[in-house]
Amino acid sequence: MADSTEQPPDGKPKLAVYKFSGCDGCQLSMLNLEDDLLDLVQAVEVAYFLEARRRELPPPYDIGLVEGSISTPEEEERIFQIRRDCRFLIAIGACATSGGIQALRNWADVEEYTRLVYPNPEYIKALETSTPIAAHVFVDFELRGCPINRNQLLEVVTALLAGRKPVIPTYSLCIECKRLGIPCRLVSSGQPCLGPITQAGCGAICPSMNRACYGCFGPMEMPNIEALGNRFGGLGYTSGETVRMLRSFNGYLEPFKQASDRYEQVDKDG
Amino acid sequence: MNKSTKTADRRTIRVDALARVEGEGGFFLTLRDGKVEEARLEIYEPPRLFESFLRGRDFREVPDLAARICGICPAAHQMSSCQALEKAIGVADRIPPAIRACQDLMYCGQWIESHVLHMFLLHLPDFLGYESGISMAENHKPAVQRALKLKKTGNQILEIVGGRSIHPVGACVGGFYSNPNPARCEELLPALKAGLEDMCDLTMFLAEKVEYPDFEQDYEFVALAPDDEYPMNRGPIASNKGFRVEQENYLDVVEEKHVAHSTALHAVVKGRGPYHVGPLARLNLNAEKLHPRAAELLPKVCKAVGRSIPWPNSFLSLPARALETVHALALAADILENYDPSKPSRIQVEPRAGTGAAATEAPRGVLWHRYETDSEGLITSARIIPPTSQNQAQIEADLRALAEKMSLMDDETLCLRCEQLIRNYDPCISCSAHFLRLHVTR
Repeated sequence: MADSTEQPPDGKPKLAVYKFSGCDGCQLSMLNLEDDLLDLVQAVEVAYFLEARRRELPPPYDIGLVEGSISTPEEEERIFQIRRDCRFLIAIGACATSGGIQALRNWADVEEYTRLVYPNPEYIKALETSTPIAAHVFVDFELRGCPINRNQLLEVVTALLAGRKPVIPTYSLCIECKRLGIPCRLVSSGQPCLGPITQAGCGAICPSMNRACYGCFGPMEMPNIEALGNRFGGLGYTSGETVRMLRSFNGYLEPFKQASDRYEQVDKDG
Repeated sequence: MNKSTKTADRRTIRVDALARVEGEGGFFLTLRDGKVEEARLEIYEPPRLFESFLRGRDFREVPDLAARICGICPAAHQMSSCQALEKAIGVADRIPPAIRACQDLMYCGQWIESHVLHMFLLHLPDFLGYESGISMAENHKPAVQRALKLKKTGNQILEIVGGRSIHPVGACVGGFYSNPNPARCEELLPALKAGLEDMCDLTMFLAEKVEYPDFEQDYEFVALAPDDEYPMNRGPIASNKGFRVEQENYLDVVEEKHVAHSTALHAVVKGRGPYHVGPLARLNLNAEKLHPRAAELLPKVCKAVGRSIPWPNSFLSLPARALETVHALALAADILENYDPSKPSRIQVEPRAGTGAAATEAPRGVLWHRYETDSEGLITSARIIPPTSQNQAQIEADLRALAEKMSLMDDETLCLRCEQLIRNYDPCISCSAHFLRLHVTR
């Protein structure tokens, strides 16, 4: 990929960072690369990054990082131009890869939601759904997490610059947890841990702080959600509670979505 | 992006997307014959409707959900939501001092991280004539490296208390899932103390070497004002123009209005109008309660900027933030020195029907959360008033005053100064909803 990458006169590849509906946390992860930040801005030309700089260089850009989901008519339009402007488009974080927490509206009546928050809902323009970037344009790589792990971000950018595939594991959090020698929250203390169906990458921070994983890195590759759901049932958790656990930061991402819909049906059927 | 147009008696300058703020937005200013016709801070950040989808969730899920309102001040949203819910389920009085200290420690990390990012990477470039911290680093690399190191110290506090700095996972209703790891606390303490010394130097640098525009306004400052400590997690809400209310009663004195050009609701003091929250408001109402390390700097800073407290000038928010960063570093070091890992990290919480409201001092000002729970602990109503929506009307009033004062300046100068003014408030547009547009018509 490096051979055809268009480079500015000084030879540096151009990086753009975009924000859609989200909390800014994934962009901030980049600024939180405190030890590596000045090296990174030496290696790439930060051509467009509104949160960090006022200067904008014109497109095209070599790498575009997109944070946030598509939740307004304006965003639905804007993402197409961004796709055209960027050689590689990377969706970063749960909002950009799953629709984010604001995708909870996808199960609700948006007009009613808007009326609850705003006295004059007619001023508000929101789509019926909040959806990931890949539901609208082709995305070259999706980096999971709510928020993303800054070291994984560095790995993705480095890999693209080196012309190789990023090394981001898709196995479950349990692997990470076992490697760190953390006692199993599910087996040893009966906590409803989503670790067995959640993708690794966070560093097993919840289990290491004595709490169950809540799935902020989204589903692992090929999760067995039913087996875990049965286990939760055995521990006394209701189907309604399982629905809530699955419907959080990555709730609209398959197969979490499908499973939560199924448990919701079970809950309704009593 | 700036766009300016000019007719015989009217000029328009537009900035569609303001840089170096958290979230997206712009402003719109029209001047006719040197008089401001309209000044608008436009926030069109997509509405994310938190207050709606929090309904029906278990009260124990709320701190993690509320954190996602903002990636820059997630710990602030966690502290306001935890404390509001502790009141709702009736355990607020039972939280022991050790847990309160841990909540303060978390807040120190949040202030340090957020303040240092804003001061040195987002705001200082305006005062020194750079378009970004990245460009500033080309000429002032050691200074930017010092700032990044301090920012990292703030993030490390959050990591010790919460596992990670963005959307930390440690806090819960009733305390924390676990106590900070004592070995990591011990490891951090020397860096924290070194950071404190460094921040004292940087504070004097900001006070002595940076020139602050003369811009005095008749502000109503609003902040928490506890009796015996600098505000963070506790205290009634007070104003320099006379009100002082318990946190539960905030809506007796302020109200929110919905205007067409904003997805953030505008807050005003009832019967009066715009008000100012944030570091400057906290300092002006609580200067005598600063940690001794920050208090000893205060007279020197006042002398350097040529004004004793109160500072009714929003540009002085920069040295106010610096003093607060000194305060937070010193307080965090005190808490870590007295830390006893054998104390329980949390108290037992059970569902109960109730109502609770709490305000804490987010880096950008008063952050108020209110919840109602049912007997099963599910949320039946949620209300969140973030600092930036409270400052929005004040920012517009400031823009108006500034533009009138500077109406003879060329477009580029006026535009830059307006942006700098908006950044005085460190607007956090994700919190308030999002999308700020800067248009100037004159």
